[in-house]
Amino acid sequence: MSDHEYTPKSKFGKWFNDRLPLLTLANHLTDYPTPKNLNYWWTFGGILTFCLITQIVTGIILAMHYIAHADLAFESVEHIMRNVNYGWLIRYIHANGASMFFLAVYIHIFRALYYGSYKSPREIIWIIGMIIYFLMMATAFMGYVLPWGQMSFWGATVITNLFSAIPFIGESITNWLWGGYSVDNPTLTRFFSLHYLFPFLILGLVVLHIWALHVPGNNNPIGIDIKKPSKDTVPFHPYIVIKDLFALLIFLIVFAFFVFFSPNILGHADNYIEANPLVTPAHIVPEWYLLPFYAILRSVPDKLLGVIAMFAAIFVLVILPWLDTSKVRSAIFRPIYKQFYWFLVADVLVLGYMGAMPAEGTYLLIARVATVYYFAHFLIILPFLGAKEKTLELPLNITEPVLGGSPNQATAKDNNNLKNNL
Amino acid sequence: MKKYLKLLILISLLLNISSQRLYAEPASEFLKVDWTFKSFFGKFDRASLQRGYQVYNEVCASCHSLKHLSYRNLSEKGGPEFSEEEAKAIASNFEVIDGPDSTGEMFNRPAKLSDKFVMPYANEEEAKSANGGAYPPDMSVLVKARKGGADYIYSLLLGYEEPPTDIKLDDGVYYNKYMYGNKIKMAAPLSDDLVEYSDGTKATTEQMSKDVVTFLMWTAEPHLEQRHKTGFRVLVYLIILTLLVYFSMKKIWSRVESKV
Repeated sequence: MSDHEYTPKSKFGKWFNDRLPLLTLANHLTDYPTPKNLNYWWTFGGILTFCLITQIVTGIILAMHYIAHADLAFESVEHIMRNVNYGWLIRYIHANGASMFFLAVYIHIFRALYYGSYKSPREIIWIIGMIIYFLMMATAFMGYVLPWGQMSFWGATVITNLFSAIPFIGESITNWLWGGYSVDNPTLTRFFSLHYLFPFLILGLVVLHIWALHVPGNNNPIGIDIKKPSKDTVPFHPYIVIKDLFALLIFLIVFAFFVFFSPNILGHADNYIEANPLVTPAHIVPEWYLLPFYAILRSVPDKLLGVIAMFAAIFVLVILPWLDTSKVRSAIFRPIYKQFYWFLVADVLVLGYMGAMPAEGTYLLIARVATVYYFAHFLIILPFLGAKEKTLELPLNITEPVLGGSPNQATAKDNNNLKNNL
Repeated sequence: MKKYLKLLILISLLLNISSQRLYAEPASEFLKVDWTFKSFFGKFDRASLQRGYQVYNEVCASCHSLKHLSYRNLSEKGGPEFSEEEAKAIASNFEVIDGPDSTGEMFNRPAKLSDKFVMPYANEEEAKSANGGAYPPDMSVLVKARKGGADYIYSLLLGYEEPPTDIKLDDGVYYNKYMYGNKIKMAAPLSDDLVEYSDGTKATTEQMSKDVVTFLMWTAEPHLEQRHKTGFRVLVYLIILTLLVYFSMKKIWSRVESKV
């Protein structure tokens, strides 16, 4: 990984660095050779780091004012909204920040799917990423319970009840999770505790994610291995830093628009009604980012199998590096995979929509077809494509298409086609 | 950059539309009001807020609580902005139980600015028994707790009708065309000239509905004006910063033979 030996200039720097090589680390991060053809889809890693820090900082402040108690939680949230200085701002950033975090992580994941970033030698980066994603969902779910509104309470009831589908020990597990015989104060307090803990686990995993990334270096839109450092790379600072910053600012504009001008649009109105165990809402829906999985869960008629299908939907992603057997990474050079990729995107969007609709009639039928297709994509289509697909010829290095004009995928593709034709 | 911008706009639009469609109930179209607080620079109509408080106080407050509000809120910036004296006078009309005093006794005293709004009922059970088994919901965040928000509450207040012939209503149940399931246990609360506005505004049912919904929007979002104002400044700041960073980025990347 160390491309050259780094020696601090000052005497003290050298003394310190010999004992704790923080300066070497800083130097590595600054000089880190990055492919220069990275497009804007690659800026979401930085955006996600920002999202995590934002959630942690706002969350810590909210926790100073929030009271994790079934009788007081709802009121304490209103106290934050009304009486705490800028409490409304901090809470709206935190609540909408969760949505923005997931928006960014979905783009990040689908970018990896398009450009084959999960393939050798980056499997560990991908698996750590999937663990982060899973922890994010758990954290967001528990966070949504904390305001103790109607959707909090009933969402928690529905999700925790899933565990009762486990044969023999299901009921004991559910009672253990609840800390009682229904979702109640003990459930709320433990969710609060874990909601505070998980982001720091995620932070740790993010460090590992980046560490693992810095071993082979970034993938790139062309998806070929590159020599580092070379004509194909630029130092991380200032080139990638300024580009990531620009993308982050655009992202922040969208973020700010939600926070200041429609802060409640991504939430559910019922969550402004205090939790009431005696009144069930007409439709219990999770937050939008969990809807595809919710659709998969409900499309299986058997409860246990539904739960298994839901977790399997994430697990197929974990083993994806071994399901996709194609040696070519980027979809640019995989004409058939590219089409199936967009089918998958559409399929996940359809699942998300069905997750918000009542599970009956045509909705249920469509959800079932979409669920089957989701698994077919990973378990049948990808292994088959790996064996049968005729991929386009890969360029030798990325400078070639870069010099040919712009680093974007279309040019790279045109260049490649041109070469094929010659 | 253009592609990127377009994409982000598309995503945010999609999110906006889909979430509205996803969670919207296929109910009767709500009556639409041109609320002053809706737009980008939206503010509350101060006079309407004060009239709205009057409607709440004289009509709604006999059943509906506002438990998250304090009397001091009435004189705070961005709200009805009664003067502090007016707010004190309003508070002193209510009695709260305080104590214990030095002899260990609880005692009654007039409410102060720091007190929470006095609740109409001692507890939920009393509220239910006084209202035919239905609990009049707390109104503090009611506008945010209903799909359709301000438009919905406004429509509901004006949605009382004679029931269609095929619907039978029990005693104490009323027909409302905007209510979920069309049955509501609250009788039509407003009628023309039910209150007398001191500023000379004619107290039609529509006017009172509009005023009280404006007031309830404020109780649900007391910092709405500040939010809009700060939001505008934040956006201007971000856009300027984005432009500066964009040109810096162009400059920096011009050192390598690559577009950005």
